[in-house]
Amino acid sequence: MIVEAPASPLARYALRRADDALILGHRLSEWSAMAPTLEEEMALSNMALDLIGQSRALYTYAGEVEGKGQSEDDFAYMRREREYQNILLVERPNGDFAQTMLRQFFFAAFAYPYWLAMMRSTDATLAAIAAKSEKEIAYHLRHSSEWVLRLGDGTAESHRRLAEALEELWPYTGELFAVLPDETALIAAGVAVDPDTLRGEWEATVRAVLERATLAMPSGGWMQQGGREGRHSEHLGHLLAELQYVPRMIPGATW
Amino acid sequence: MPTPNTPLWEVFIRSRNGLSHRHAGSLHAADATLALQAARDLYTRRGEGLSLWVVPSSAIVASDPQDKGMMFEPTASKIYRHPTFYDIPDEVGHM
Repeated sequence: MIVEAPASPLARYALRRADDALILGHRLSEWSAMAPTLEEEMALSNMALDLIGQSRALYTYAGEVEGKGQSEDDFAYMRREREYQNILLVERPNGDFAQTMLRQFFFAAFAYPYWLAMMRSTDATLAAIAAKSEKEIAYHLRHSSEWVLRLGDGTAESHRRLAEALEELWPYTGELFAVLPDETALIAAGVAVDPDTLRGEWEATVRAVLERATLAMPSGGWMQQGGREGRHSEHLGHLLAELQYVPRMIPGATW
Repeated sequence: MPTPNTPLWEVFIRSRNGLSHRHAGSLHAADATLALQAARDLYTRRGEGLSLWVVPSSAIVASDPQDKGMMFEPTASKIYRHPTFYDIPDEVGHM
């Protein structure tokens, strides 16, 4: 049974944020048994579990709001690629460790002030999810920024890799601030956060860390968009094939 | 694989206010900040602690196992040092 997009703007909004968290969490989980050290293996898995937990709360809430009995699993496993509305940044392949950490840093530098602002949402459930997520993301931001610093200001090799990651990922940061037409009313009602109000803080955080990491902050430039409208890179389909394989092969399987 | 220049750190966790930090294990990290983060990620996944210390393993001075006779055996005959000869009222609780 394929799950169609919800009709309720609030459910769609929660779903988009859930998709960001699930896809990024899944990407981090791909490091399991592959991380450079045991210590980092655990750090990456911990962050993955935080994000997957956030996605579960948001999917569940989207199902409640929509009121058609859709569960978190229905949304995660039974939607097609085009129905996923995560930003393209989170589906970028892990690449090397520098790329993974910089992707995490870009996302956390946005998500931290986002959840802080969301704690004041007029929607009690979103405010509660925000209160839990804020603490988790605060740690992701700290951990990833410490690594960005060390990679940028480390060896010639680590600096080169981080500089390449910056070039690769920068065009995907614009979509962090995208607002879809059905979200403006939610923003006006104080339910959703206007991402534009977070741009200054995001840029200040990123600039401060990149400068200490001896990398120049890129200035604007062309930005890739599309994930929020369901237009994805070729990488998401492969990710979903792995993520959705078991529940589609054996519907209703439990373990 | 930790490279030879990744130092070893000892991790101490205080599980509750009022208790002392207890040794929990060790880890490899390049510096103190990352050691503290790794300690959090490795040793506090199940709500084990409220406070963490990390100490460079190289800062620990250890007794020599060969000295254990001199160091620890003389205490074996001094059972009067154990406060087991007193009756403690139940109301006192855990001491």
